[in-house]
Amino acid sequence: MKVSIIDYGLSNLLSVRRAAEYCGAQVEFVQTPEAVLAAPRLILPGVGAFEDGMNGLAALGLIEPIRQKAAEGTPLLGICLGMQMLFDESDEFGRHQGLGLIPGRVERIPAVDTSGAPQRVPNIGWRTLVPAHGSFAGTALQNVPAGGECYFVHSYEAKPQNEADRLADSPYGGRSICAAALRGSVMGTQFHPEKSGPVGLSILKAFLEL
Amino acid sequence: MTDKKKIRLIARLDVKDVNLVKGIQLEGLRKLGDPNAFARRYYEQGIDELLYIDIVASLYNRNNLSDIVEKTSENVFIPITVGGGLRSVEDVRHILSMGADKAAINTAAIKRPALITEVAEAFGSQCMVLSIQAKRSRTQSGKWEAYYDNGRQHSGLDVIEWAKRGEALGAGEILLMSVDNEGLQQGCDLELIRAVTEAVSIPVVCGGGVGCAEDILDAARAGADAVACAAVLHYGKATVPELKQEIRAGGVEVRL
Repeated sequence: MKVSIIDYGLSNLLSVRRAAEYCGAQVEFVQTPEAVLAAPRLILPGVGAFEDGMNGLAALGLIEPIRQKAAEGTPLLGICLGMQMLFDESDEFGRHQGLGLIPGRVERIPAVDTSGAPQRVPNIGWRTLVPAHGSFAGTALQNVPAGGECYFVHSYEAKPQNEADRLADSPYGGRSICAAALRGSVMGTQFHPEKSGPVGLSILKAFLEL
Repeated sequence: MTDKKKIRLIARLDVKDVNLVKGIQLEGLRKLGDPNAFARRYYEQGIDELLYIDIVASLYNRNNLSDIVEKTSENVFIPITVGGGLRSVEDVRHILSMGADKAAINTAAIKRPALITEVAEAFGSQCMVLSIQAKRSRTQSGKWEAYYDNGRQHSGLDVIEWAKRGEALGAGEILLMSVDNEGLQQGCDLELIRAVTEAVSIPVVCGGGVGCAEDILDAARAGADAVACAAVLHYGKATVPELKQEIRAGGVEVRL
């Protein structure tokens, strides 16, 4: 099992690396178009602001290579900001274009819940993953037990345009936040599988075995 | 319809040199052993997060936790917050590169509040935890003053005002410690928790005084989004699953 983690200057890459290694993967950090194009599977991690993330990818010339790999069907996992960047655009600090691999937008989590009461933003904590279409079978989430929880920390949320691209929902403030999205070989998790204990590790392991 | 209140349970590991230590009101430290062993045990028991504090770092102007954090991140896969002696964006970058997810900053933020914005802009506000050591005013009721250098120095800052300012400057979370209650295991300062959680919209991690599950429930009901425990876990008074079962039985959600 080999995986290439895209290093575009933003993230805490060590945690993702350690978790992937714990799952038995050989890990390499990649920063060049050639290395991205040669990868058997890719992880796009990310913490920080959307614009900085996209600028980081652009500066290294990685946007087109990532799109090409997605088009070829290479498994690609975006984590947190990395998931948000898979979408068309984000509202974070102005309107910014994403990778456009999953149709949809990234918007700020509302300051109030559905009853109108103020709610905490950022959303920080362990939230339950609920299958958006009945079951996780056949996806990297297939080993998540019923009621399985993962760790979220985010102020913006992705909103897939197509219901079919939603993989997992997570309840917050009376609504469902898109916890994971899947379109072809491209998957994104709003939560951090590398920080979500055994449940998160099961997701990473399943992704590495795709 | 809103969801049931759900809290995070955090193990707080105060470190001096290479040892886990615990004191009372931040004084009279006792050595308890290898922090990595405690961290791993709490992870296996299902703790939600770890909080490492280098408690003498401010005195020496450096954080000594790099090696410990790096070792922990080898086999502990939950969020790790690190605090103590972090003074600059570079310090934060270093500790994040060692496997930490968030940086808790107190002293340096009091001395130069712009650091809060710098860290939030460099790594995202979710990385910037404003650590506040609150000591109840002896003269004014319902007032607390922010302390620093591990509770040794007073800043003159009103805790509520400082928390609001921290949020405005970009902090993504507040770590609120009651210096008065710390280590006594007789419950948290609930009035303090209520006042701060009502004043800000970012999550508030509360600590200082937890001696049993009931104390955690009280803190949660007072508004805490997460509760940091130390002595109750370190001295083996309760395990993580025992605390969590009792929290659930008390009507507050927590990850099992």
